[in-house]
Amino acid sequence: MTETPALELIDVHAAYGRIEVLHGVDLTVPRGCVVALLGPNGAGKSTTLRVASGQMPPTSGHVHLSGHHLNGADPDRLARAGLCTIPEGRGVFPNLSVDENLRLFAYTAKVGEKDIRERTFAQFPRLQERRSQLAGRLSGGEQQMLAMARALATDPALLMLDELSMGLAPLIVEQLYELVAEIAATGVSVLVVEQFARRALAVAQYAVVMVGGRVTAVGEPADIESQLSEAYLGGAA
Amino acid sequence: MSQFLAFTIIGLIAGSAYAVAASGLVLTYATSNVFNIAHGSVGMFMAFVYWELAVDRGLPPLLALVLVVGVLAPLFGLLIERFMMRKLTDAPVAVALVVTVALLVALIGAAQALWPPAGRKVDPYFNGRGLQVGDYFITAQQLITFGVAVAVAAALFVLLNRTRTGTAMRAVVDNRELLALHGARPNRLSGLSWAIGCSLAALAGVLLVPTLQLDYLNLTLLVIAAYAAAMVGRLKNLPRTFVGALVLGLLTSYAQWGVAYIPASVDQTLGGLVQGTRIALPTIFLLAVMLMLPQDKLRVGRVAGTKMPALPSWSRTLTWGAVFLAGVFVLTGSLSEADNSRFGQALCISLIMLSLVLLVGYGGDVSLCQMSFVGVGGLVVGGKLLPFVDAGITVWSIAWAFLATALLGVLVAVPALRLRGLYLGLATLAVASALDSMLFQTKFGFGAGGGSLTLERGSLLGLDLTGERAMAMSVAVAFVLMGFLVLGVRRSRYGRILLAARDSEAACATLGYNTRAVRVAVFAVSAGLAGVAGVFYTGMRVSISTADFMFFQSLPLLLFAVVGGVTTVTGVLLGGLAYGLMPVLLDQVPALAGVIYVLLLLAVLGLGGNPNGVAQLLFGWGNRLRAALPRQLDLARIEKGEVVGAS
Repeated sequence: MTETPALELIDVHAAYGRIEVLHGVDLTVPRGCVVALLGPNGAGKSTTLRVASGQMPPTSGHVHLSGHHLNGADPDRLARAGLCTIPEGRGVFPNLSVDENLRLFAYTAKVGEKDIRERTFAQFPRLQERRSQLAGRLSGGEQQMLAMARALATDPALLMLDELSMGLAPLIVEQLYELVAEIAATGVSVLVVEQFARRALAVAQYAVVMVGGRVTAVGEPADIESQLSEAYLGGAA
Repeated sequence: MSQFLAFTIIGLIAGSAYAVAASGLVLTYATSNVFNIAHGSVGMFMAFVYWELAVDRGLPPLLALVLVVGVLAPLFGLLIERFMMRKLTDAPVAVALVVTVALLVALIGAAQALWPPAGRKVDPYFNGRGLQVGDYFITAQQLITFGVAVAVAAALFVLLNRTRTGTAMRAVVDNRELLALHGARPNRLSGLSWAIGCSLAALAGVLLVPTLQLDYLNLTLLVIAAYAAAMVGRLKNLPRTFVGALVLGLLTSYAQWGVAYIPASVDQTLGGLVQGTRIALPTIFLLAVMLMLPQDKLRVGRVAGTKMPALPSWSRTLTWGAVFLAGVFVLTGSLSEADNSRFGQALCISLIMLSLVLLVGYGGDVSLCQMSFVGVGGLVVGGKLLPFVDAGITVWSIAWAFLATALLGVLVAVPALRLRGLYLGLATLAVASALDSMLFQTKFGFGAGGGSLTLERGSLLGLDLTGERAMAMSVAVAFVLMGFLVLGVRRSRYGRILLAARDSEAACATLGYNTRAVRVAVFAVSAGLAGVAGVFYTGMRVSISTADFMFFQSLPLLLFAVVGGVTTVTGVLLGGLAYGLMPVLLDQVPALAGVIYVLLLLAVLGLGGNPNGVAQLLFGWGNRLRAALPRQLDLARIEKGEVVGAS
């Protein structure tokens, strides 16, 4: 890891009101790597992501994006700088049509609206059939495809995915992770947050386990997998 | 035939002015989820600014127009977006309505303070020029209005549906955070939509000024026609709003045509009802559209979770009731007759506000026509409205004042509550203006064209009410009894359902409660209580008139109640006394009239629209005081082991 990492969190603390939920998180996403951030419910995975994406200011600690110190930057600025965050629970606008959702990708895409549509529909023909439907009327899988299409169309430097598999059929999760692998293969650094670890570990080069607001293990997927059940069942309390 | 053509043209032109106003309203609502009931008053205020620039300062009309519509109105939009609307996006409907009502009242106050009433006039553009169509002459102003409406509609449609900025403006309401993750700047987009919205309000105001004149209230009421039209598209669909506006314009125009054919004798018998109905057409249109819209789906996932001060125990309620009555008894004993009259009238305002506690405080709905219900109560006790109720304050007339207004309340609430909370607030403002023209200004009310009513007080339950002190005491007793009733409802099963329905209607419905029925019942009871308050109000005032119950009167009433604290009896007592004693202050310093309304807005903003109001601050101090006092040890309970380590 001689190059500057795509994302680096150093001793990050964060709190909701007076309740601290991150007690000093260190996390590195090396350039061009897929990192899986795992852990049980309430471990602080999503909060870590919110801090990294600028949606939530850390109370202390540092956030570096490609070597730039970025504490307190607005999420829209980070997005325009090449950070693509797909939040938990369908990152789509339910009251806009599929086409209109795609139109909004243009804020960060380096290509035009027409190219965005072409790329998306080439990958997801289903979305083309439903292009004038409201995104809120799509099935859960289709909504997640639409959300993922942003990562595909905008060529981000770093992609952060929160709970990609939530509420989706295993078959669709499988497809979406294949896409994550494809995107990673083009050189995009990826941070995947997952509660259900197995599928995420299959695409990741590194894995980080969080429990109770702290990082408890970092390592290769194979090593981590054997430790996971303890983290989930034993360490959580 | 040529007459038909003429009235069609008039209708289309009136409709296009409504369309300009309505499209601005729809734009801001669709992009911020805040319904700006002050939209018309923004137009009113900007029309006055236009007069100031174009007429008073003598700027060229076109330059003045560009300055107002292109610079000042958008700046005002940015300002209110930054300091008011942004916070309201996720706020409960009642809070958002109250804050925008405060803006409406403040703009009227500011306009009155800056431009005191005087005969102001704005000439139409290209005065005297126009187009001859058959027998009818279309003025240039009318052609411009129509052209502007079409251009605005087309431009907005393209903006919202075809451009990235417009799409993003709509996306702001859906999910602000997600939009930022897409790389757009949500605050800038909301600012833009409020700038355009205010600019359209100003445009409508300036275009309508030659027809409606520079009138604080007429231009403000434009918002009713605007949202009546927008309701066709459920306040969000621009093309349907445009159609709605044109239909409403045609309807009012044809009605004017039809009224001309009604024989004078019929008009005489109906005593002003014909004209009143014509004026109230936007309201009738609004209620009809609401009835025709398919029933709303339940909204899942919106949980308000509003905090309220703790409910006092019965013993404390009774104690404070007795203390209050004793206090009023001593106070009224020391005041002069004239001061007792003033005090009693202020107390009446508190009594009226008590009816809002149920509806606004507990139910989370808003009524902008409470003074109209008071007026209906006044008509009943004045022996005007119901043939079998004679004038005079009797148990009989009080009971009928309750029943008549409660029934009216059901009629208002049923169409609106099939849909949703916001629509009830909108319907009530429309109903307030309709009751003014269709009841108070007809012979069934205060006489055709308005008038007044004088009441002989007489006696109630053997008590002589002719003295000011006796009447004021009776108001105090009514306040305490009604307060007990309100707190009793809060304690009951209905009170709990009401609070639960306010926090999450969906959750309440899944428990098997008919939340709509409960809300209609609460609206009706609240209206009924306002009717009863009307009896005492009329008794205290002796003489009441049309002006007391104009639509505007209900607005400061609501705001003072919210500032005082509409969730508690103490709060409305404070709010009512403050509002009721305001005229006393204004007698000393008349220049304050408009300023008070602006201060009211600041107070509402300062409280963040929190309906617990000033009363909550008082309770906070009271609790801290009590905590600081040494407590008596309850030895008996400690011995029984019930209290461990009592302080």
